[in-house]
Amino acid sequence: MAANIAGKKSSLTWAVHISVALLVLLWLFPTVGLFVSSFRTADQISSSGWWAALFPSEQNEVYRTGDPDENRVADGDMFVVTGNIFEGAGREIRAWGVSSKAVAAYQPGETAEMKDGESVTLQADGSYVWRGNDKQISGRGQRIFITATVPPEFTVDNYLTILFSGTGQDNMAKAFFNTLTVTIPATIIPIVVAAFAAYALAWMEFPGRALLIAAVVGFLVVPLQLALIPLLRLHLAIGIGKGYMGVWLAHTAFGMPLAVYLLRNYMVGLPRDIIENAKVDGATDFQIFTRIILPLSFPALASFAIFQFLWTWNDLLVAKVFLIDATGSTTVMTNQIVELLGTRGGNWEILATAAFVSIAVPLAVFFAMQRYLVRGLLAGSVK
Amino acid sequence: MTSLSLKNVSKSYGTVEVLRNIDLEIQQGELIVFVGPSGCGKSTLLRMIAGLERITGGELEIDGMVVNNVPPAQRGIAMVFQSYALYPHMTVYDNMAFALKLAGKSRAEIDTAVRAAADRLQLTEYLDRLPKALSGGQRQRVAIGRSIVRDPKVFLFDEPLSNLDAALRVATRIEIAQLKESMPDSTMVYVTHDQVEAMTLATRIVVLHGGNVEQFGAPLELYERPANTFVAQFIGSPAMNLLEATVTTAGETTTVCTTDGGEAVVPIASGASDADSNVKLGVRPEDLTITESDRFLVAATVEMVEALGETTVLYLKAQNGATSLIAKLPGIHAISRGTPIRLTAAPEKLHLFDNEGRSFLHR
Repeated sequence: MAANIAGKKSSLTWAVHISVALLVLLWLFPTVGLFVSSFRTADQISSSGWWAALFPSEQNEVYRTGDPDENRVADGDMFVVTGNIFEGAGREIRAWGVSSKAVAAYQPGETAEMKDGESVTLQADGSYVWRGNDKQISGRGQRIFITATVPPEFTVDNYLTILFSGTGQDNMAKAFFNTLTVTIPATIIPIVVAAFAAYALAWMEFPGRALLIAAVVGFLVVPLQLALIPLLRLHLAIGIGKGYMGVWLAHTAFGMPLAVYLLRNYMVGLPRDIIENAKVDGATDFQIFTRIILPLSFPALASFAIFQFLWTWNDLLVAKVFLIDATGSTTVMTNQIVELLGTRGGNWEILATAAFVSIAVPLAVFFAMQRYLVRGLLAGSVK
Repeated sequence: MTSLSLKNVSKSYGTVEVLRNIDLEIQQGELIVFVGPSGCGKSTLLRMIAGLERITGGELEIDGMVVNNVPPAQRGIAMVFQSYALYPHMTVYDNMAFALKLAGKSRAEIDTAVRAAADRLQLTEYLDRLPKALSGGQRQRVAIGRSIVRDPKVFLFDEPLSNLDAALRVATRIEIAQLKESMPDSTMVYVTHDQVEAMTLATRIVVLHGGNVEQFGAPLELYERPANTFVAQFIGSPAMNLLEATVTTAGETTTVCTTDGGEAVVPIASGASDADSNVKLGVRPEDLTITESDRFLVAATVEMVEALGETTVLYLKAQNGATSLIAKLPGIHAISRGTPIRLTAAPEKLHLFDNEGRSFLHR
């Protein structure tokens, strides 16, 4: 009986482990792919997949010896051209040849005998000796085909383009800071407002409190698209217009129901005795809020902050409606990536880099605060 | 001098009345224990004194001032909660200093008060710790220390020992008793459902039941002269036995006979109207003794025997199985199950209650 239960449990554990592993892979595969691609050139992206970029690869390359007319040196009745096919970084040569029909006919160090005593010797380091008579050592240089193992090669040029040197839409620096300008106030304002509201809804007695809580729950299920146009008309009518103020207010309004709901649920679960003790100690409601409730609600505040940060950062719709005007000077990253898709649709290296720049900050925020996210969510709703 | 006075205080939630017409006069320096079964309203009454529950009827006076509508902090009270209610994010020092900081005391004043209280409760070495790093007993002491620093007129304790294990409970009970002795001028109100705490700590006990005060008096008075069958059975362990009896002779002393031929002359006065009435004869288990004589109080059959060494507890059925009795005999007795025995008790240890459960002494 006990063994049965234990067996059941362990098979379930395996199922859990396997599904977790699958989820991790599902998330990791595209993210790592994007990350790797952002460090590759356009040619590399089009010639092989990102996974190939992580390992040394075999490539066939064509080189020419130095110009015989300038470089040849007499050696008895023969002429010799010596030199190195690699001008910059070397390659690890695995095989080579002198004809396009047999590109891998010789090993490094071997000598290729051609017609009428002409010969080429290629060493592993790329140095060659081309020997032949006057007629043979003339005209253009001898072609040398090599099969080489190329180490993984990465470049930060894409990032330089996107963040610093790019022109026009290629440069995301301004959009990056615009996004920060939208996101930080749009995260802080609703938290501050919602924390006050949540305290009142959780711990202050006033008529209509239950109705207000019900209304908050009701607002949770209202899709924000319903309110876009009326809200924009309101903003235009009262003179806020399109701009940062407008988008902050819009994000605040759209984030508020969840913020109030989460925080209120968390705060109402704090021990009543602590709050009553603070009352006996002489604390006013405001002091209870600032000295007791806020510090104790930190996990819930942090978890909502992560949420709000992530979706204001990734938001396109609200920014399009309330922020971005015809001048484009207030464009955010999501919008700029959409425009990049139009202008640089074929340049995957630019798109991948732009995408990675835009997900880097949310990733950092998420990993830095994920333990609060999990704790705050559980504490707030499940209890 | 009256420190705390409740005049006709009552509490109702909507139409549900949980406390009715509570009248208590508590003198300065007394330790009053509210005791009663769960749901009797004792915690509610304490919270009303603290100002955490609104008083829906009557008047509450602290030091001669009506404080019905005064917020808790200005009533001059300090409360120790059952769960300790320490602020989990503050150190022991900050926990104790919190009220004083709110009151705007100077840094030096706060430091003196906190260190004095910590010294008194042996908490000095824990001042920098967070509550989660303390044991249950230490947390309890911090909660008490937090109330001491405020130097209140009235201390309120809401079941402060119920979260502690048995050994620690005894130790902390003694600490509280010593604390009370070292502060003879402070009034304390202590809520518990544990009658041992009540008997050992209290100057006077308030027995609450169903929203009413059943009796208010010194611990031994409650034991020796319970006002009704509820108090009689609530105070004392095991509970007092109640036998069905009939008054045969009323007068200066009352003669009663139990239904199975037992008889007793009780030195309690009764009126002529009590003659032939049905009464309850109360006798505590520890007052019963076994007798062979024909002048017995009750004949019973042993149902179960608990031999504890220092005492032997007998569970008995009497009066044709209608009445369960408990007898607590000192020492070791070789009595087996099913044995019929006769029990008697000294007449002055007997209690008489009328049909409504009121004691003849308190009519």
